Amino acid sequence: MIVTFPHMGNVYIGGKALMDDLGVDVVVPPLSTDYALEIGTTQSPEFICSPLKINIGNYVQSIQKGADTVLITGSCGPCRFGYYGVMEKEILMDMGYDVDFIIFEAPDGDIGELIRRMQKATNTRNIAKMAKSIWVAQGIIKEADRIERRMLHLEAVEEDKGTIKKIRKQFKNQARLAKGSKGMRELLRDINSKLDKVLIDNEQKPLKIGLIGEIYTLIEPYINLHIEEKLAALGVEVDRSLCVGEWVTEHLVYRPMGLTRDKKIRKAAQPYLDRCIGGHAWETIGYAAHYSQSGYDGIIQLLPFGCMPEIVAESILPTIQKDYKVPIMTLVLDELTGEAGYMTRLEAFVDLIQRKKERRERHEA
Amino acid sequence: MRHRNLFMGIDLGSVSTNILLIDENEEVVEKLYLRTQGKPIKILQEGIKEIHKRLSPEDTILGVGTTGSGRNLASMIVGADVVKNEITAHGVAGLKEREDVRTILEIGGQDSKIIILRDGIIHDFAMNTVCAAGTGSFLDRQAARLDIPIEKFGQMALKSTNSVRIAGRCAVFAESDMIHKQQLGHNSEDIINGLCQAMVRNYLSNVGKGKEIKPPILFQGGVAANVGIKKAFEEALKEEVIIPEHYDVMGSLGVAILAKENWEKSNATDFHGFDLVNVKYEVKSFQCEDCPNQCEVVQFLNNGEIRGRWGDRCGKWSELKNTRENLLA
Repeated sequence: MIVTFPHMGNVYIGGKALMDDLGVDVVVPPLSTDYALEIGTTQSPEFICSPLKINIGNYVQSIQKGADTVLITGSCGPCRFGYYGVMEKEILMDMGYDVDFIIFEAPDGDIGELIRRMQKATNTRNIAKMAKSIWVAQGIIKEADRIERRMLHLEAVEEDKGTIKKIRKQFKNQARLAKGSKGMRELLRDINSKLDKVLIDNEQKPLKIGLIGEIYTLIEPYINLHIEEKLAALGVEVDRSLCVGEWVTEHLVYRPMGLTRDKKIRKAAQPYLDRCIGGHAWETIGYAAHYSQSGYDGIIQLLPFGCMPEIVAESILPTIQKDYKVPIMTLVLDELTGEAGYMTRLEAFVDLIQRKKERRERHEA
Repeated sequence: MRHRNLFMGIDLGSVSTNILLIDENEEVVEKLYLRTQGKPIKILQEGIKEIHKRLSPEDTILGVGTTGSGRNLASMIVGADVVKNEITAHGVAGLKEREDVRTILEIGGQDSKIIILRDGIIHDFAMNTVCAAGTGSFLDRQAARLDIPIEKFGQMALKSTNSVRIAGRCAVFAESDMIHKQQLGHNSEDIINGLCQAMVRNYLSNVGKGKEIKPPILFQGGVAANVGIKKAFEEALKEEVIIPEHYDVMGSLGVAILAKENWEKSNATDFHGFDLVNVKYEVKSFQCEDCPNQCEVVQFLNNGEIRGRWGDRCGKWSELKNTRENLLA
């Protein structure tokens, strides 16, 4: 068994460490590129959301390197993602790739089945060993998320422009090579200590933008055209509402037990939307209200073209914008990789919130 | 002839390239509207040559601003002091036209935008998402297909007595709908009027959704020349729609004003001078194979020498641009 999994932000960092620790052979697909998208678009239904297309591209590239088993999470939320695993298996079959799929979900709340699937993927019957490794892996993903967040905050105020860009590049290159959780932890420690040494300009008070929306488009830099780096280059401090580490623990640990860690966000969403309508619409609305309450200068929503839950959320956002007077912009992402129009929107948005902030400060002074 | 201090605004768009000069009172002195024709560098050089001819030797250019999707390219060529996105540029120009403007509808070649202003600043904006239906290039195409000069397209819509419903959601659907309606025997005037209404409907539900459209409303961009669209907007919004005198070059007017503001602060300009029309500019691109990102790196050459690179994610190539001064030395 040689496993692979689709890219989704830092998942590969924890995923690789986990499989290395358990002695399972793993192929990490090359980071998502135009080539992966090209494979995906020629083989997937035209109107499917773009994450599925990228997934297919990732799998094919991994299969070409010898992978024969795909790991993917399922979801019970009423969104197409819940059927990704099943559909993707069919698509690969049509392409002539007969690979095994292990879908992490508890069908009809059957936790036993979820555990059996995890045992299969991790190639061990020892539940304690498996649980420990998963715990370690999710810790690594969370730490990687924390580092990413830290880099974003620092990038907006770094004294020597370009320092963070270099560290980020180093991080990405080395993460693919690090062996097991030990190697990965060493790398994370090393990056953290590098970040400790980054000189910051205390004079700068950067604009703050919160990113909300569908999780895959938020997390995967290829699909969101590296929005975080682009905003940082415009001198903006970015906070991303959803991180993959939290998502993994939420969906693999809390939700199957009927629990949630999203209480705060659900409360913030309550005046606008008080139930799950699929995908991440609830979180999108909750974080929009949360960022508005926390003094952010602007909010940007990201969604893959045709994503139903986010379209519903988009129609609620003008009400939040009206209530809090914080500008909100929506960016729809699809196959388009031409960045000119995208940059125009980002620059104009930053211009807008900059002027608003200046005016407010003049008013207060 | 009297000596004039002038500021240049360049809007290098996908469909049109506009060059405009204003004087110190922000009055438009010269303007030029050219078709980009997919050759931005050549057209821009020709345009600047033409503008130069119209000036007297006494005139001085004190500042240059660029906007439009080709703003960075234009900036490399002319040496711009201000490089601004189209939204800010259109907002600035709209405010110059009407201080109290609260809504700007802008439809250009590939983009359509709505800009909401309150108390003299941009409050909110939106641009068309993944589809270019309802923009100038689509109208152009339909005019060509019906063999009607684009300038007369709007006038024809006004002659309609009975509008035909056309699907406006997508350019491809709209075109097949128009062909079907035409085969049923509807006359061109009615079909064109139907198309204008479809475009406005699409604009308002796609670009303008959720926005509070309040008067005064300005209609800018090349498509504002189309009286059929103007009328359809007025019918749909039940408000007067004002078309500024320089509606087709508002972006370049906006950056010219910003260039003037910049000069007032800095008293300096990066303008390369009118000799730039004789320089041979080239753009060459290659795919960097050093990492999985495989970025398409664009190289900008000036008389065969590399003056700038962009398009890479990691900065390996574009950072060389920062040493432009070294390269020039």
